[in-house]
Amino acid sequence: MTYILKPKLHHPSLPKNALGFTRRDYEGRVSTLCAGCGHDSISAAIIQAVWELSIEPHRVAKISGIGCSSKTPDYFLSQSHGFNSVHGRMPSVLTGANLANRDLIYLGVSGDGDSASIGLGQFAHSIRRGVNMSYIVENNGVYGLTKGQFSATSDKGSKSKKGVENTESGIDLVALALQLGATYVGRSFSGDKEQLVPLIKGALSHHGPAFLDVISPCVAFNNHTGSTKSFDYVREHNEAVNRLDVILGRTPITAEYKAGEVREVTQHDGSVLRLRKLHDDYDPTDKIGAANYLQERHAEGEIVTGLLYVDPEATDLHDRLDTTARPLNQLNTADLTPGADALAKINASLR
Amino acid sequence: MPDTLTQGGSAKPAGLAAVNDFVVKFANVNGSGSASANGLFAKAIIRMGVPVAARNIFPSNIQGLPTWYEVRVSGAGHLGRRGGVDLAVPLNPQTWEDDVKEISPGGYLFYDSTKPLPASKFRDDIHIIGVPLTAICNEAYKIPRERQLFKNICYVGALSWLINIDPAVVEQLLKEEFASKPKLIGANLNAFNLGRDWAKANLKPIGLQLQTSDAVGDRIFVEGNAAAALGAVYGGATVCAWYPITPSTSVAEAFTGYCEDFRTNADGTKNYAIVQGEDEIASIGIVVGAGWNGARAFTCTSGPGISLMNEFIGLSYFAEIPVVIFDVQRGGPSTGMPTRTQQSDLLLAAYASHGDTKHVLLLPSDPGECFTMGAQAFDLADRLQTTVFVMLDLDIGMQEWLVEPFKWDDARRIDRGKVMTAEELEAGKFFGRYTDVDGDGIPYRTWPGTHPNKGAYFTRGTSRNRLAGYSEKGIDYQDNMERLLKKFHTAAALVPAPVVRSAKQSTKIGALYFGSTAPAMHEALETLERQGHHIDAMRVRAFPFSQEVFDFIHAHDEICVVEQNRDAQLRSLLMIEGGIDPAHLTSILHYDGTPITARFLCDAIGKRLEARKATRQVTGKADKQ
Repeated sequence: MTYILKPKLHHPSLPKNALGFTRRDYEGRVSTLCAGCGHDSISAAIIQAVWELSIEPHRVAKISGIGCSSKTPDYFLSQSHGFNSVHGRMPSVLTGANLANRDLIYLGVSGDGDSASIGLGQFAHSIRRGVNMSYIVENNGVYGLTKGQFSATSDKGSKSKKGVENTESGIDLVALALQLGATYVGRSFSGDKEQLVPLIKGALSHHGPAFLDVISPCVAFNNHTGSTKSFDYVREHNEAVNRLDVILGRTPITAEYKAGEVREVTQHDGSVLRLRKLHDDYDPTDKIGAANYLQERHAEGEIVTGLLYVDPEATDLHDRLDTTARPLNQLNTADLTPGADALAKINASLR
Repeated sequence: MPDTLTQGGSAKPAGLAAVNDFVVKFANVNGSGSASANGLFAKAIIRMGVPVAARNIFPSNIQGLPTWYEVRVSGAGHLGRRGGVDLAVPLNPQTWEDDVKEISPGGYLFYDSTKPLPASKFRDDIHIIGVPLTAICNEAYKIPRERQLFKNICYVGALSWLINIDPAVVEQLLKEEFASKPKLIGANLNAFNLGRDWAKANLKPIGLQLQTSDAVGDRIFVEGNAAAALGAVYGGATVCAWYPITPSTSVAEAFTGYCEDFRTNADGTKNYAIVQGEDEIASIGIVVGAGWNGARAFTCTSGPGISLMNEFIGLSYFAEIPVVIFDVQRGGPSTGMPTRTQQSDLLLAAYASHGDTKHVLLLPSDPGECFTMGAQAFDLADRLQTTVFVMLDLDIGMQEWLVEPFKWDDARRIDRGKVMTAEELEAGKFFGRYTDVDGDGIPYRTWPGTHPNKGAYFTRGTSRNRLAGYSEKGIDYQDNMERLLKKFHTAAALVPAPVVRSAKQSTKIGALYFGSTAPAMHEALETLERQGHHIDAMRVRAFPFSQEVFDFIHAHDEICVVEQNRDAQLRSLLMIEGGIDPAHLTSILHYDGTPITARFLCDAIGKRLEARKATRQVTGKADKQ
């Protein structure tokens, strides 16, 4: 259905962001996913988040692997360069792109097959390497494009549409990301835009490897009774630890909260993550506590959502490599080629 | 008193006699510190102005297995392997028998005579030179490690007397080597003199002699992997992603070293980024991502890495992303043969990946070309927006070769190819990512982030039209594939042209060869010429082949295709791409993992040409009847 072009007309009353853009300016092509697919809600949340943050669309690079989720970067931010790359290999492509130009914002979109099966290695290593990125897994627990096989995030005991029970353990990408060194870790649900949009905004403004696991029911193959990734199941078992607001720079804080209800985390770049506590005992800057909490709740059958961990002093791969502040792709002959005199010295050392 | 005299009866041939023209082979145990002593031996001869080709034959191991170092001394400047051994220095009991067997009749065996060996361990037709290396060093040194290390320098000292290495040259080399550790200069010099003085007192110089010459000129002695890395620095590479694998690891290590020296800013920040990937797939993925985003990026690997990278290599072809891959070729899977040399990745690289794909290959023949082609590969990759392979092999990559000094023109500028700027987009210049506006098959591209609302596109492997819009139409796919083929034809005119070496007499016999075969081939061609075999030779330097290659083939009745692989891969490429009749192409193949030798080539090509003459004589008689 991609041959249907969206009309470019904008309603004059559409709200505009600080750049004067409406949400329409952040849209992409018409989605070709199934009607009601959770992934489309995530695309809408990405559009909302980038618009609210007033990011110029062309400053974002969208990179994906292969699968239903990896098709979605075509459906948002049409003024951004996108790259639908190789199955399971989005993390390495994104890493290379990031190395080439540290000034852009890198949005990696992947799925549970793409990241937890074929790409588990790249998922792990891009996070431990500290790539500055927003890595979103649109997690439906099933292979959609190939029609309904279990993925590695399917919970043990979860039933397929044909009634077959999954006998293998499910991988919890959030727990892995925490262990591997992600400095911003969240989980959300495609059906909870109020929670998801601020989480994406926080990830985009985070300096370091930010990982979001977004449970996104597959309406075609994994939305039935017995599935642990269906709309009904996730709604019943969703346990949010907090609600997030992202406040950029000097934006005045207006909303009123009672003392003790709100925790503010100021990140290195000055952005403020304001967390409305839903669980008194949850501290999102305590990595070990977060890991324990996740395991405890998982044992109880709960799906813990919200901003689970953030390191406000995070660093990234460029900090570790001590790369020049100028994007590497902007360096020219004078910056890169040592010249004939240097070569003469090298020659002399080889005689 | 050790046996320093020749053994056996009167049948012993006279000792080989030659000046500046012989082969010395050391057999050592790896990890014993012999490498630096052997290197000193080779470099001292070069400093005397005598050309040397040195080859380290080493195991997939860190300590304890056999290793050899072959030094070919050639005043005439032949840098390939000759074949045969004139002076053997077997210091490894594990390989003694094979090492002794290899010595040419009349040749010399230099050994550690501390422990007496039975006569059966020797041969009657060679000359035995015993030096009690262990005894000398045990007496001079108390610490076991010193005894071992200095024994290596000690044999270099003894050899220096036997073949006339100038001790002043050795002293100078030690001073340069240990400039930052002056204590070691005297210590090494003492060990050198221990051996030299003992030999002087007990032995006469042998028939193989060195004479100071000026045949080296200002040439440099360097490994191909280091040269390729330096080429990448001069070629403007900023991103390197790699995974350790013999024999390519030292490309990344040398690149790191050169970048530290030449790409570090005054404030300590770096104009480069090097990432050791978790595997070859991640490494090539990083390179593809960086190339897509406008940085010059490369990876270095060997055959197994290319196998793993196949999917991405195909993506770079279809998505039209500049990528440079240094493939340092070796033997097949597992450990062992990986430390031996081969030219056996040609087909793998040329057609890597699924779908219809073809890739550009550059075929350097020595470290000098590793540098020039290493730099050129980045211009070509950007210009052609595709993967460019630089096909080294272990023999070029990990051996030091004597080559002309590296040259660079300071007026040269990096060619980024067809990249649309924000100004061009703003001015309304037409942008269609996959549109062939210039008729050469090469479209324009934009880098992410170029312009706020012009020039963005969505990158996919296939399924797109000329404007990068999604399309599954057959006609769009075919249109794109035809353009990619046109681009490949454009590449044939941009890659390095073949080099022709014409015979002194007009001939209908031709030979094609490439890469590290070159020096042995040149020597063989000279010898064959003296034997009356006139052969026009062409060194192929790239794939796709230019028309010149096919014209050369058609201008000759028979073409010998010389390769260091089993399956005649260059020959296959010529047949596939040029429609050449297989009967027209005779394979000369050498693939045991050791570098090809001039003697092998003379023998193999000579036999073929003799057989051809005989056939023609037979046919001639038949015609007359």
